[in-house]
Amino acid sequence: MNKLAIFTRGIIKDNPVFVLLLGMCPTLGTTSLAVTGFGMGAATLFVLVLSNIVVSSVKNLIPAKVRIPAYIVIIASLVTILKLCMEAYMTELYEALGVFIPLIVVNCIILGRAEAFASKNNMVDSALDGMGIGIGFTMALTLLGAVREILGTGSVFGYNFVKGIGGLLEKWGANEAVVNSFMQWDGVLLFVLAPGAFIALGYLLVIFNKVAAKSK
Amino acid sequence: MEYFIIIIGAVFVNNIILAQFLGICPFLGVSNKVGTSLGMGAAVTFVMAIASLAAYLLQYYVLVPLNIEFMQTIVFILVIASLVQMVEIILKKVSPPLYQALGVFLPLITTNCAVLGVAILLVQKEYNLLESVVFSISNAIGFTLAIVLFAGLREKLELEDLPAAMRGVPVALVVAGILAMAFMGFSGLV
Repeated sequence: MNKLAIFTRGIIKDNPVFVLLLGMCPTLGTTSLAVTGFGMGAATLFVLVLSNIVVSSVKNLIPAKVRIPAYIVIIASLVTILKLCMEAYMTELYEALGVFIPLIVVNCIILGRAEAFASKNNMVDSALDGMGIGIGFTMALTLLGAVREILGTGSVFGYNFVKGIGGLLEKWGANEAVVNSFMQWDGVLLFVLAPGAFIALGYLLVIFNKVAAKSK
Repeated sequence: MEYFIIIIGAVFVNNIILAQFLGICPFLGVSNKVGTSLGMGAAVTFVMAIASLAAYLLQYYVLVPLNIEFMQTIVFILVIASLVQMVEIILKKVSPPLYQALGVFLPLITTNCAVLGVAILLVQKEYNLLESVVFSISNAIGFTLAIVLFAGLREKLELEDLPAAMRGVPVALVVAGILAMAFMGFSGLV
């Protein structure tokens, strides 16, 4: 398998969220806004790439019987480094993500990649694999966050889309009632709350499955 | 009264699965049948109670006196993982019938974020020993309640004629959303 295939596989074909259905807790728990989803994805990407590199570099030193605990220690150390760095330099995001930062340790994607890929391949391939899967995860979380944010508040990354469209329509001289309906729409609060996470992800999966079935 | 608030809060208001999104993997993975999900719930209750007791003791008698609280993540996950192994070995020896019932679920629990999550939360909330145990057991009951209710719904769902793209996990997630909506009715209770 060439390098490009290793890198791109995780993004669409083996997307950890939409295809493999791994790492569901942070996927649902941190995506009430697009920016927190992106932050969680980036944090996971950081740990995933580094853990893949470290695991593949020490793979010959670890006896097979204790490899899983050894991987867990490696991952937990990386998560601790990440946690301390985020607490120091990105306090706002750190507080928004809360308990999900230490819980990156038990994200099955990371241990899964360490066991299935990094323990059998060289360092460069493992880094690429981690990057691909991490980017796929980040994209999925950002997408889900964006969908929930736009349905729940009308904004994406803090920019209010719906009001923007309303303003444009007003400029073009649209009917006042139409403009008002855009300007006064506050979103469906449900999508920012817990049930919205399940429902939005469920329907995104339906769309993903439909597209995947068509493209085959 | 305090304990009552902790129990109601953890079981209904801030349900660990439906409001806090911890332990989604077993929630989606082993909720096809009511029987298996009851077994999973029992195993989680068992492990969670022991794990949070261990986490509490470690936090306040090892990490805090030595001033190494930043090691929390590493210490907790290692202790929980080895604890689960130990419980499995002891159960196998001491109570084969219980092992038969819970055994298959135990290895799955090691990487269950609910167990580690509750251990971290009870430190964050600064509960004392008894409160910690009550908190973890009520969270486990909340977990069992959600997963058993959900399994009941999924058993019925399997008989429905759904579009191909919706079958399996997508429709399960939508139903979980509706269940979460029902649980939102409890908010404001405490």
